[in-house]
Amino acid sequence: MKQWNRRKATVLILVISILFLVTVAAAGSQCSDAARATDFSRKNLLPCLEYPFGTDWMGRDMFARTLKGLSLSILIGVLAAAISAVIALVLGICAATLGRRADGVITWVIDLIMGIPHMLLLILISVAAGRGLKGVIIGVAFTHWTSLARLIRAEVMQLKESPYVKIAGKLGKGKWYVAYRHILPHLLPQFAVGLVLMFPHAILHEASITFLGFGLTSEQPAIGIILSESMKYLVLGKWWLALFPGLALVVTVIMFYLLGENLRRLIDPNSAHE
Amino acid sequence: MILQAKNVSFQYKENAPLVLQNISFEVKEGERVGLRGKSGIGKTTLCRLLAGYEKPHSGEVLLDGRPVTEYRGYCPVQMVWQHPEQAVNPRRRMYTVLEEGDGIPQEMTAKLGIEEAWKQRFPAELSGGELQRFCIARALGKRTRILLADEISTMLDLITQSQIWTFLLEEAKRRNLGMVVVSHSDDLLDRICTRIVEIG
Amino acid sequence: MEKKLPPILEIRGLQISFKQYEKGFSQTELEVIRDLDVCVPAGEIVAVVGSSGSGKSLLAHAVLGILPYNASVKGEILYDGEALTEKRVKRLRGDEIVLVPQSTAYLDPLMKTGVQIRKGKKDAASKERLHQIFREYELKQEVEEQYPFELSGGMTRRIMNATALMGHPRLVIADEPTPGLHISVTRRAMEHFRELADMGAGVLLITHDLELAVETADRIAVFYAGSTLEEVPALAFQSCDTLHHPYSRALWNAMPKHGFQPIPGTQPYAREMPQGCPFGPRCPKYTQECSEKIPWRQTGDGRVRCIHAEEAQ
Repeated sequence: MKQWNRRKATVLILVISILFLVTVAAAGSQCSDAARATDFSRKNLLPCLEYPFGTDWMGRDMFARTLKGLSLSILIGVLAAAISAVIALVLGICAATLGRRADGVITWVIDLIMGIPHMLLLILISVAAGRGLKGVIIGVAFTHWTSLARLIRAEVMQLKESPYVKIAGKLGKGKWYVAYRHILPHLLPQFAVGLVLMFPHAILHEASITFLGFGLTSEQPAIGIILSESMKYLVLGKWWLALFPGLALVVTVIMFYLLGENLRRLIDPNSAHE
Repeated sequence: MILQAKNVSFQYKENAPLVLQNISFEVKEGERVGLRGKSGIGKTTLCRLLAGYEKPHSGEVLLDGRPVTEYRGYCPVQMVWQHPEQAVNPRRRMYTVLEEGDGIPQEMTAKLGIEEAWKQRFPAELSGGELQRFCIARALGKRTRILLADEISTMLDLITQSQIWTFLLEEAKRRNLGMVVVSHSDDLLDRICTRIVEIG
Repeated sequence: MEKKLPPILEIRGLQISFKQYEKGFSQTELEVIRDLDVCVPAGEIVAVVGSSGSGKSLLAHAVLGILPYNASVKGEILYDGEALTEKRVKRLRGDEIVLVPQSTAYLDPLMKTGVQIRKGKKDAASKERLHQIFREYELKQEVEEQYPFELSGGMTRRIMNATALMGHPRLVIADEPTPGLHISVTRRAMEHFRELADMGAGVLLITHDLELAVETADRIAVFYAGSTLEEVPALAFQSCDTLHHPYSRALWNAMPKHGFQPIPGTQPYAREMPQGCPFGPRCPKYTQECSEKIPWRQTGDGRVRCIHAEEAQ
């Protein structure tokens, strides 16, 4: 059958978004110097062929700066989301398996973190952890794991009670056998989707706190820095300074979101056969 | 081996109504005991207690004098569940169900009418009757001495039902297994059992 | 006995298939119901008897228009002689057409049972009717005020039966209404279906329990691997000789009171359905012609889909 169907569409979107993200990340890391190079002979240029995103008041190439900023964001997003997902996995499984007291404590922590306004906590942690790249990664990682942890906890609890897990116990199978053979196959897809859907959040939040001045330092051309600097020039009619970096950020986030959402639809039995 | 329930009472939660009240019951190797009683009287619960899936609220369930929940490793008392779809992992292929059992010989699966091709399939690709055959094979490992069958053929058609019971009867006689059979069909109990107990 | 009125429900050549992915990207249509015919006249109970996995629950879902998203339906479903369109079934279900479902998960967990059964109606007549039904089903009055999670499996089932019977339905579709129920309650439910039929409703009883069907239904449709193989008055199941299809006979022989004799083999899985008669591979009378399309054939008061039926008599 050569028909167009949801699975093919999904894989196409998957490939496109991965390609886009990898390209941006790779290109960005190649133009660190270009992003910082100032040249007053070409300042405040409108977008043109040579400088597709224009240049700023110091004559820096906005295209290179945006690429560099995005690759920084992607790096931070992926790292922070990965750490966050591991925290979620460990705590979720602990809550479900280590008895009532451990569950009580972990659930309490989850509720606590979810109860504090997200940005506030993010800023607090990242400032406490010493700002900069490290601070942001730690801040984002420690604030994003809660809902995935809840999901994993619920899933493991349900699996633990399922007849086939109980039967395996009576057949003399140990905890590790059950965890590896019965629980893991159910958890992995959930975990993967949760991880990928965490990327866009992580990236947006990184950009937000950097924009507010609590994140990366101003020497680094992060998207948040670019946007906050461009703010001052917006009133002077230099619209391109904020528009293109902003759009690029939105596109990146959407790409990650599409990736996760399509993965989820493939795995969810309610839409798996569409 | 002898499996005994002594004055067993059970409730699912504290302060919930008692599902079972002061039930005593026993089954020995070589015996096939039918359990009869109204719906909601707790026949399934009694099976779960006998198999050691639950602990009684009061009273005890003993296998050769030792609480059945204390047996570690392979439990000589095995239970076949009413709904085979819930008793197998939907994400694992069927041969893994057999591997989980205790040395299930190929002749047994053949006698149960399990076809080789089914072993490579996922549970969703088999019918209830086919799945139940796997579940029965899994429960009949070498070290199984007592088998609990809780309405194992209720949802199956009559032909599959009689295939399964013909096999089980032969196997139980050959290996001198003890059996507890729960069924709402009196005709079936009369055919299979050496003794019938009324509960409730 | 002239039948002038069209039957309440008539299903002709129903086909239900599911779109599924194979490994990778190819999609296939998995045909679960291949050729189902059944006819429910007013005032009668018609049982569709088939084993689990034969696709019989889908029949109920198809009539009510509640199949899952990846299913597609072909064939005719006539209600009162007119096609039962999606629009029409939406208007009728819950009112003229009711379902007694198989799974106990159909009750709303957040609603007291009494309110659910009355479907929100608060008038005195509804309340009185509710009390009457509760008495008949041996349910205590306080159950009205309880939520579904507080009830046992058997109680939930009785409540679902009660729910269906509150109004004055014209077509009742009961999908395995009694597993796990004690025989006396089962009988009560069946008497209830009979009362509804006597009031002019048609009852479609979908079950795996042949004994129950023989006891309660007027007509029995034998359903196997997605096709109806034989349709006979329930009385025909009194003796093996009045059955025509080899599968019906095998069923009869497998009843515990008739010898409990199995035949080998299993019902084929939807993906490996043989051509022609689905029972072919297990049939002692199988010949080359059985792998072609098998037409219906009249047999006295019933009909059978078997080209060797005459020899069987």
